[in-house]
Amino acid sequence: MTITNKKISLRFPRHLVDRPVVYHLIKDYNLELNILKATISSEEGHMVLELRGERADFDKGIEYLTKTGLIIDTLCREVTRNEARCTDCGACVTICPAQAFSVDSISRDITFDEEKCVVCGMCILSCPSRSMELHF
Amino acid sequence: MAKTIEEINHKIRSGKAVVFTAEEIIGVVKEHGLKTAAAMVDVVTTGTFGPMCSSSAYFNIGHSKPRIKLGGGKISLNDVPAYAGFAAVDVMIGANALPDDDPRNRFHPGEFNYGGGHVIEELVAGKNIKLVATAYGTDCYPRKKLETWINIKDLNEAVLFNMRNSYQNYNVAVNLSDKAIYTYMGTLKPNMGNVNYCSAGQLSPLLNDPYYKTIGIGTKIFLGGGEGFIAWQGTQFNPGVPRTETGVPKRGSGTLAVIGDLKQMNSRYLMGTSMLGYGVTISVGLGVPIPILDEDILRHTTVTDDEIFAAVIDYSGAYPNVKPDIVAEVSYGELRTGNVMINGRKVPSASLSSYPRAREIATTLKEWISGGKFELTQPVASLPGVESGVKFKLLNERPINGSGG
Repeated sequence: MTITNKKISLRFPRHLVDRPVVYHLIKDYNLELNILKATISSEEGHMVLELRGERADFDKGIEYLTKTGLIIDTLCREVTRNEARCTDCGACVTICPAQAFSVDSISRDITFDEEKCVVCGMCILSCPSRSMELHF
Repeated sequence: MAKTIEEINHKIRSGKAVVFTAEEIIGVVKEHGLKTAAAMVDVVTTGTFGPMCSSSAYFNIGHSKPRIKLGGGKISLNDVPAYAGFAAVDVMIGANALPDDDPRNRFHPGEFNYGGGHVIEELVAGKNIKLVATAYGTDCYPRKKLETWINIKDLNEAVLFNMRNSYQNYNVAVNLSDKAIYTYMGTLKPNMGNVNYCSAGQLSPLLNDPYYKTIGIGTKIFLGGGEGFIAWQGTQFNPGVPRTETGVPKRGSGTLAVIGDLKQMNSRYLMGTSMLGYGVTISVGLGVPIPILDEDILRHTTVTDDEIFAAVIDYSGAYPNVKPDIVAEVSYGELRTGNVMINGRKVPSASLSSYPRAREIATTLKEWISGGKFELTQPVASLPGVESGVKFKLLNERPINGSGG
């Protein structure tokens, strides 16, 4: 069980400002949340939330937000690796400007250090098997 | 010492065959010496996994009611055009094929997220594939349109055929220009900002049998997770390149044409691959067993990455314009450290083929053989050797000016 703790920035288009989004995040997705900033008028809304919960709940909560039509700021995105598609070839290693990928000198497996990732997206299209993905 | 393929097969059948991977054999020979090891070891297994463009699959979809003659018509699989130049219901799809609505490189560099390689991957994985075809209709094959899902389990035959795989050594790519370029050797940063290579090196099949003494037409191999066979020499076969003292080619040299039943393969070893700004292809897993018939054959399998050298080519100038210039020669040992010295500069290096998966293939093949599940075959004919005079030719371009052929 991994606990995810992340800040996300949400923009509410006009037709969504009356949705009880926060209520659903708490009740339906078991997320603990802290409203860091909120500006909501009848025209538009902007909210910065700190969300905390189990990874699976977090992902479902984000999926709910996306489906609702809320715009999640791209700065909240993160790059993840689809382990089922990664072949450990290493094409990403020299492409990444942040040196987030490294090669084990014995196993030749490729390690991706999410902490080092600066979400530039260079690896995503340079990966031959398209195993690098952009997520919220 | 067991030294015919039949004797080795006898040991495989009784579960007593001694098998090592091309990586393990290096240490075994170092420890026991060539002579003792040659008496002890029966088979060395090799493996490689990387993008292999000249790959295709063909299959027979069975006859529809009423019948349709796809030959001469048009056909697509998941919107990727396939080849319909055969008889009624035989279809072939190439790994590089793209949907008609793919923007290609109109917005350079194109993404190429889906194409023939991905269709082959999904077909092998057992997914349903959308087939859309039109035909002109004949008295015996009256139907003109067919739209249906197909699945590999319902096809009469599904066959993987690759006309050029498993390159015996390959170019190492750099970019000497001042802007990034997008090639089949990956994204190359300007001013030699990186260097890309693509070979399993010391695990690669043809680098472990550099003179094709055991690998030939009819050799049974690991192909795409199942069994396949070497059908012929691959296209662009070029055995006469410069070699090291021990016979290892220093340039792209031999290649293999391979064939096998797609139905028993696995998408882990046949994966649709996208090369930014270049196109779509497929990464193929291939492994070849080398029977240790004598000390000389064993000696060749002990090749290490430090003894394999490749030419560094400028893909911004020399390669596209077919100039013979090479920037440098580097060893795979050095490439695998993550940096290479080229003309006094330290350049970061990266691989396009997967060494861990090449090792996995060689190990799987080893387990099949040790477990008595995979016997060796005697080639029915040899691949063209150095003495054959077979040469890779460039196109002799003859402008068409109305004077006839």
